[in-house]
Amino acid sequence: MFDRRLIQNFDWTLLLILLLIAAASVVNLYSATYAIKGAGGSQVFMKQIYWFLIGFAVLLGMTTFDYHQLERFAYPIYFFSVALLVIVLFLGDTRSGSQRWLSFAGVSFQPSELMKVSMVVALAKFFNDHAQVSEYRLRDLWQPFLLMSVPALLIIKEPDLGTALLLLIVSFSIILFAKMRWRSLFILIFVTVSSAPFLWMSLKAYQQKRILTFLNPELDPLGAGYHINQSKIAIGSGLLWGKGFLKGTQTRLHFLPEQHTDFVFSVLAEEWGFVGTFILLMLFLSLILWGISIARNSKDRFGALIAVGVVAIVFWQTVINVSMTTGLLPVVGIPLAMVSYGGSAILSTMIGMGLLMNISMRRFMFQ
Amino acid sequence: MKTSGFEQATVEVFSTRLKILILLAVVGFAALLLRLWLLQVVHGPAYRTQSENNRIHLQDIPPFRGMIFDRHGELLVDNRPSFDLFVVPEEIESRTSLARTMVRLVELDADALKEKLTGEAYRYGFRPMPIKRSLSREELALVEANLFNLSGVMIQVKPQRYYLRGDFASHIIGYLGEISEAQLNSGRYPDCKPGDLIGKYGVERMWQTRIQGTRGGQQVEVDAAGRKLAVLSRKPPTAGENLALTIDRKLQLVAERALSGKKGAIVAMNPMNGEILAMASAPSFDPNIFIEGIDKAEWMRLTTGKDSPLQNRAIQGQYPPGSVFKIVMALAGLEEGLINPEEEVFCDGAFHLGNHMFRCWRKQGHGRVNFHRALVESCDVYFYKLGKRLGVDKIAQYARMCGLGQSTGFELGSEKDGLIPSSQWKLKRFGVPWQPGETISTSIGQSFVLVTPIQMARLTGAIFNGGILYEPRVVKWVGKEGEESYRFAPKAAGKIKAKEEHLALIREALIGVVNEPRGTGSKSRIKDGTVAGKTGTAQVIALEKEKYFGKGEEIPPEYNDHAWFVALATAENPVLAVAVLVENGGHGGSAAAPIAGELIRAYFGEAPQGQVVARGISETR
Repeated sequence: MFDRRLIQNFDWTLLLILLLIAAASVVNLYSATYAIKGAGGSQVFMKQIYWFLIGFAVLLGMTTFDYHQLERFAYPIYFFSVALLVIVLFLGDTRSGSQRWLSFAGVSFQPSELMKVSMVVALAKFFNDHAQVSEYRLRDLWQPFLLMSVPALLIIKEPDLGTALLLLIVSFSIILFAKMRWRSLFILIFVTVSSAPFLWMSLKAYQQKRILTFLNPELDPLGAGYHINQSKIAIGSGLLWGKGFLKGTQTRLHFLPEQHTDFVFSVLAEEWGFVGTFILLMLFLSLILWGISIARNSKDRFGALIAVGVVAIVFWQTVINVSMTTGLLPVVGIPLAMVSYGGSAILSTMIGMGLLMNISMRRFMFQ
Repeated sequence: MKTSGFEQATVEVFSTRLKILILLAVVGFAALLLRLWLLQVVHGPAYRTQSENNRIHLQDIPPFRGMIFDRHGELLVDNRPSFDLFVVPEEIESRTSLARTMVRLVELDADALKEKLTGEAYRYGFRPMPIKRSLSREELALVEANLFNLSGVMIQVKPQRYYLRGDFASHIIGYLGEISEAQLNSGRYPDCKPGDLIGKYGVERMWQTRIQGTRGGQQVEVDAAGRKLAVLSRKPPTAGENLALTIDRKLQLVAERALSGKKGAIVAMNPMNGEILAMASAPSFDPNIFIEGIDKAEWMRLTTGKDSPLQNRAIQGQYPPGSVFKIVMALAGLEEGLINPEEEVFCDGAFHLGNHMFRCWRKQGHGRVNFHRALVESCDVYFYKLGKRLGVDKIAQYARMCGLGQSTGFELGSEKDGLIPSSQWKLKRFGVPWQPGETISTSIGQSFVLVTPIQMARLTGAIFNGGILYEPRVVKWVGKEGEESYRFAPKAAGKIKAKEEHLALIREALIGVVNEPRGTGSKSRIKDGTVAGKTGTAQVIALEKEKYFGKGEEIPPEYNDHAWFVALATAENPVLAVAVLVENGGHGGSAAAPIAGELIRAYFGEAPQGQVVARGISETR
């Protein structure tokens, strides 16, 4: 099983990109929580470092087995993740109105984060088992749709609209990549659009209101609307070179909401300017492009699909988070992969990266 | 796992799609970078100016707290504008000089101010921090005149709670206080922020979430000196719901006046549905003082002072019922078949048990008394003998059936249960068996028996309404103009299960107490109807006073007996049940009965009898 070539083939490029992003994350988080002195600010920063240490260990752990073995476990892992989502609805901790965390031995964990990776593996398994030369029609796809809607509904119930949305977008990306018939796609879009008014009418008034504010923050001038304004000021005021490390006034004075999680990008943008945001986005783009090349070099469908799924997670998270902080999209509460604070998110991302690494290392292997 | 030619082919098919993916990723990131370029470089300087003197503040617009009315719609509690002084920590030029100036302009504790200016507030530098609530006119004028060289200082106008009649019904209405850290964290006050005033007592507390309203707010653009330039967007506040008490303002006033200078409690309720028409507890307090910030000495006086003005004696004062308890005894005796109403018992002024002597209040004795006379003249010996035959546990059983020894379900809570002793209770509480002598003193409402005025008012009402024990209510309706979200509906908490003829016998005797020549409650008669009642004189120290205080020696007031009177008007048409308790007032007949009389006369007023009926039942506001 253990092969010398594995070490020769270790993907140093991937590791380097990840280390650079992690370093940026830690430095930026130090600044984002610097002003919360006395309220656990330094703790947040230290915790992130510990999570990264664990995360990289997990990444290495993920390379010790051949990813083809995952084919056998793809569905069990998927059902395990769904079971955790069900448990969280009953036993989860409620924080600021939503029930997302499972506490175990003093460590809290978000099952929805694990779900993202499990989903990718399950869909890769499906499209590997049902490989066909012709394009997929709707009737071929009822299983993937079922696979993605069950966890999405469970996550909506928490409620965590953002993560549910991300899960759907990533799943859909994989389905599209596996190639769906254009006609089927149009039928799907048509059905969704035409059933929207009925869905809308079946919602209760407060649910409608929540969605409306979600789409148009101006309806909530004291909440989302205010936050978007402050985030734009923070990002814009960074100019080309930024205000300098620990010198972001928006950050220091707590004008930013959730500045160590969802709006952590605004902190970076304020202190490091366009140069900083450019470098960070380039790092993410390199990661994505490198991931695509891993998909290309993989010797089988299963590996390629997993790689594409992991890349899709990173891509959509980056695009949605940056668009949200710059006011292009409504505030959906999706964190920036690795850069935002959060243990479950780091672990989930690192598991995904471990899979990429695994696939990359086995690119020359023939069974 | 095999790598078939077919699989190779599909991987090849992927490679075109992967190229598309690369294109999509690059385009997506290019779009993000374009957006960032626009924000940070093209429009950056404008944002930089905005951030340098961050000009957009979030301002609260506090809601109007719901008004409180009496049952007829008379306004009791309102809001009036209050001018509050705030500082924005980040905009202060020099803290020490500001502190010095502020202390000169307004009445303030210099140390407390300094502490506020250097503490926690700096974490949220742009959040206005309250320094002093409700400035006086003079202070307001002084601060406004100096505002131009006081950077970081601002004045906000807010609605402030105003209790129109000061200490009127303060134990029911309650008071407000600043929300505590623990309350904020409890999650029960999701709409509250630090510094908010919330109901801490009475109706203000119980109905907090309904009458508080919803806070509004606005994004305000301000200049470097903190002056308002423009309102960018605004969310108006919503006023809280209004609330009407079941209290009748006039009756409540009579009750409060009757108790002024005394300690005690009065409860007046509608025996047919449990509505409280008046509830007074003396001494009382003025809820307005809690709004402007109460000083330590005053707070100590209110909370730990001997008179405990914050205590609502009507529901929290626990007193021995004295002879009023004979109503319970009579019921138990009749129901157990131990009383033949015609049978006469001889009272020679004392009752002997072992080598112990129990005195009748009338030293020379009542002679031969039947049931009716025994209750009317409150003969102790008659009830000693009855008690001996019943035993303490039967007495306890009937007392509990009458709603004693347990909370009445009073709407505002914080009620005391009182105490109905039983042999089991004694053994558990003291580890000593019940003594037969204790049964004898229990029979006249002494020994360990404790009741609250509200329990006694309800019991009196139940004797006349067919035995129904209603939950006492003080809120008539809650809601906004035209639409009520809550309206009082009577709720029976229990029933005295007794034969109607037995209740009738007791009713006749209670009527006798007020209307017969030798009755003890004659001071509560009225002209236009029959009042019924029962006096009680509860010993504060159960032992013979002479042992402690020599004959003729002045007894200190705190050892004087408590005076009780329960009354019902009218026997023909029961619309008012009253309990009066005057602490250390002396005899029930002379200290409490006249107060009940005053209350009953005020209720019926000058109104002719035809309207009396209408008023007791009508639901007019």
